[in-house]
Amino acid sequence: MSAATPTLAFDDVALRLGGRELLRGVTLALAPGEIVALVGRNGAGKTTLFRVASRILHPDRGEVRVAGRPLASFSRRELARELAVVPQDVGIPFPFRAGEVVLMGRTPHQGGLGFESAEDLSRARAAMEAVGVAELASREVTALSGGERQLVLVARALAQDPRVLLLDEPTAHLDLRHRTVVLERVRRFVEDGRSALVVSHDLNLAARTCDRIALLAEGRLLACGAPAQVLDPSTLRATFAIEADVLPGPDAAPLVVPRRASPG
Amino acid sequence: MRVLTPARLGAWLAVFALALCAALLLGIAAGPSGLAPGEVVAALRGDATSRAAHDIVFGVRLPRVTLGALVGAALASAGALFQALLRNPLADPFVLGVSGGAAVGGIAALSLGAALGLGYGAVPPAAFAGAVLTTLALQAVAGVAGRVSPTHLLLCGVVFNAFASAAIVFLASLAGLEQGARIFLWLIGSLSAARPELIASVALFLAAGLACALPAARQLNLLALGEESAQQLGVDVTRLQRLLLLATSLMVGAAVSVAGLVGFVGLIIPHLLRLLLGPDHRLLLPTAALAGAIFLVLCDTAARTLFGGRELPVGAITALAGGPLFLLLLRRQQQRVFAP
Repeated sequence: MSAATPTLAFDDVALRLGGRELLRGVTLALAPGEIVALVGRNGAGKTTLFRVASRILHPDRGEVRVAGRPLASFSRRELARELAVVPQDVGIPFPFRAGEVVLMGRTPHQGGLGFESAEDLSRARAAMEAVGVAELASREVTALSGGERQLVLVARALAQDPRVLLLDEPTAHLDLRHRTVVLERVRRFVEDGRSALVVSHDLNLAARTCDRIALLAEGRLLACGAPAQVLDPSTLRATFAIEADVLPGPDAAPLVVPRRASPG
Repeated sequence: MRVLTPARLGAWLAVFALALCAALLLGIAAGPSGLAPGEVVAALRGDATSRAAHDIVFGVRLPRVTLGALVGAALASAGALFQALLRNPLADPFVLGVSGGAAVGGIAALSLGAALGLGYGAVPPAAFAGAVLTTLALQAVAGVAGRVSPTHLLLCGVVFNAFASAAIVFLASLAGLEQGARIFLWLIGSLSAARPELIASVALFLAAGLACALPAARQLNLLALGEESAQQLGVDVTRLQRLLLLATSLMVGAAVSVAGLVGFVGLIIPHLLRLLLGPDHRLLLPTAALAGAIFLVLCDTAARTLFGGRELPVGAITALAGGPLFLLLLRRQQQRVFAP
């Protein structure tokens, strides 16, 4: 990794909640321009790591830094300008229109009066066009499909214009085309020195589109590196409790073929 | 893209403000000895056509429609705030039992306060305290780790309301409040015994509540995305929740002190406004205050005039309209939860 300051760095982050050790000393740094995939079983601590990064949860030990600054030194609003989260599909109880939801992403940049500026509008429109949902702008989010709503949430995070983008299974409800669109857009997003951390259950998609893969199991980082380095049968067994073959795939990305669940 | 501009906000506020003026005029004109709108305007201007007209307008009807408007504004705004706070369009201070808690506070001040020499002026602060305590209890009972289950919330509301009714009757008979009928009016919600001397304090409570809530309107929009997303967009959710607790309790305390348990206004008005204007709280909150005022003034005018000489409690009218709407919304929410 270059000597550039990491955009987001976890340093030995540990967290207990309700008697469970959710994170047991995670150290991970995102370099500018980098997409890192965060993979692991359900309950491995992926979403918890996101919550720590966005200061929803506070670590018991260790430190998180954004662009070199400790997380605690940011105001919520400042942090929202640096770091955006695309959550898993959230139920939205009121019939906001998709365009209104995307405009909500502009909140940390807006002044006191509470009206959207021309810049807010153009950025929101650009973000919607970038993920192909511009034509949904006037539709009510409550009436959209799960996949459409997910794209709207990605557009909202892009409109937020952050330095670091955290995506929690952004492609879970998406068809093949939209998965590709989202990840292509994330690649373009990091080009000018920003970073993205992407939770994904699709190892092959992660291997083809991310620079590094971080394997998380029971709150610990088992391995982190280029896809070809970290995806092998033994790390997959340790991370996912599966027996899998790893084949050489196209473009030097490994191809993971799960065979069966590991015994026990 | 639908965007809220100052012009759009201003236009709607003007429309609702005009409608409120019309409703107030109607409310003052209508009644057993009816006045023509012209007579009302003349009396308000200070050159009443007759002594009687002057007395009817200033002695009877103006205080009543003013209190009605304040109560309606407070209840509708509080409803919109509860719905945003709990992310649930079914939330309403009456349904949740918060009005009931405020009424217990008010009755306690009325029945026990008399022994301490407290006058009616002690009722609004006591109702405010009752609303605060009920909201906190509601959060403690229905919420787990910041998450509130809608089902638990509504069940809690049912129990809180039953408890509040019992406590009101208990406190009233304990203090030997001879006016059994007055207690009935508290329970069903009525403006017929509303005290004109409360206008100033209730207006102050409402203004303070709106002053807390209106600047936070945009943050309320973000709450719709969930508490975590709101935080990730820069909202201090804990602070916002405290602010809303204060605002809603001020509003509910004000409304209940005047009129007792008028139900469902906080459910009906925000629901209709969302259909008309969309869910943006920057527009919804101020229009809810105005529309709630219009609605209650009209309901109370109907309660006073539609049944000949007999007057219906206004709470009976709002409940007759609100009950079915609540069930409709509940059914729709159910369908959404269980949709494939």
